[in-house]
Amino acid sequence: MPSTPSVRDVTAPTPKPVETQADLSAEIADLETRSAKAAAEGGDVPQPLLDYPPYRSSVLRHPTKDPRHADPETIELWAPCFGHSDVDPLEADLTIAGSGEPIGERITVSGRVTDGEGRPVRNQLVEVWQANSAGRYIHKHEQHPAPLDPNFTGVGRCITDSEGRYRFQTIKPGPYPWGNHLNAWRPAHIHFSLFGRAFTQRLITQMYFPSDPLFALDPIYQSITSQKDRDALVATYDHDLSVPEYSMGYRWDIVLTGPSRTWTEPEEGDL
Amino acid sequence: MTTPLPTPGQTIGPFFGYALPYEGDADLVPPGRADAIRLHGWVYDGAGNQIPDALLEIWQADADGNVPQTEGSLHRDGWTFTGWGRAATDLNGHYSFSTVLPGSASEGQAPFFALTFFARGLLDKLHTRIYLPEHAANAGDPLLVSLSDDERATLVATADATGLRFDIHLQGDRETTFLTYS
Repeated sequence: MPSTPSVRDVTAPTPKPVETQADLSAEIADLETRSAKAAAEGGDVPQPLLDYPPYRSSVLRHPTKDPRHADPETIELWAPCFGHSDVDPLEADLTIAGSGEPIGERITVSGRVTDGEGRPVRNQLVEVWQANSAGRYIHKHEQHPAPLDPNFTGVGRCITDSEGRYRFQTIKPGPYPWGNHLNAWRPAHIHFSLFGRAFTQRLITQMYFPSDPLFALDPIYQSITSQKDRDALVATYDHDLSVPEYSMGYRWDIVLTGPSRTWTEPEEGDL
Repeated sequence: MTTPLPTPGQTIGPFFGYALPYEGDADLVPPGRADAIRLHGWVYDGAGNQIPDALLEIWQADADGNVPQTEGSLHRDGWTFTGWGRAATDLNGHYSFSTVLPGSASEGQAPFFALTFFARGLLDKLHTRIYLPEHAANAGDPLLVSLSDDERATLVATADATGLRFDIHLQGDRETTFLTYS
């Protein structure tokens, strides 16, 4: 296939990866088939796989040995405590960082954080970061020649409420190119960092948007080899969260599993 | 009601550096305070190269073995011990915390720092523990005694002039032992 110069060639002195999407897609399909077979035979298939060669950076950065089982001890059954002295409520609005409105589709992202038994993770820290609507991060190593937006930093925080709910006001991030293989593009996503009721439940993940055509092509999303597990990272459009004449609403609930201490109902006055 | 499906992890990616680190993140106690130690080390990939885009978080008991349940980790006042800290690796793959040695939760229990580890290229978090060198209770610790000598060695820090050193190797002869809980 003849190579087509892209806008990136103008500034990119580094050698281009020669592997194509077709090469990668074949590897992705092969690993999905093998994982499904292993699961059908009763094997424990981690979701995501850490050893997932289609994500080239994972090759030298995954443990080669299975993790060892540990019975969680006291400190691991508790989580660090964050509160309203840590986070200003305004940090949940990513659209007010500059003097003007950021460019892009205004959205509200909201949902509940619960543990594996459906109990709310209350008063706990949620951190997010994302690209702007053109697919550009404010990061000095970011090479993508898409415009920065002076009114959008793409960083937010909040503390969940007594029902485990979080809510961010932001703009929809754009997809962006990366160097994994030739013509590699990440589906639009928002990075989420979450703390549960126990340190064992710590999670960093990515929330995606419904019906993204890049899902099938993306080795990071596809490192979760089971469709039902992948689906858990995709938000749902929720018309009730949309604000008339203002913004679109997406709902995404998060389930943090891992052992924790015995559940107690909050006492009166316990905020 | 069916049990809800766990939300899978995804890599922290390359661009967390402007979002997650914050001023004072790695200083659980002010550096240089009389009882402060440095907990630091280098992080290596499978080719033996240092990893400049990793993030480590520690969570620990205080010096008396109590679990802190005090907010204030994101805006440290220099006096309150919250037990939690975060350190990104620098361009040499080095991280450094200022903290205190954790105490035993109960008599005879080996104290440790609980650690979560993230990096670009790593698709999900990793958990492990950093045990204290030559602590008497290590000999009876259920996890440490279940490991081979080589595995155990990867979980015990070494003493140095300023405190403790703990390196992480994602692969290779000295691959760090990582943990799963159930």
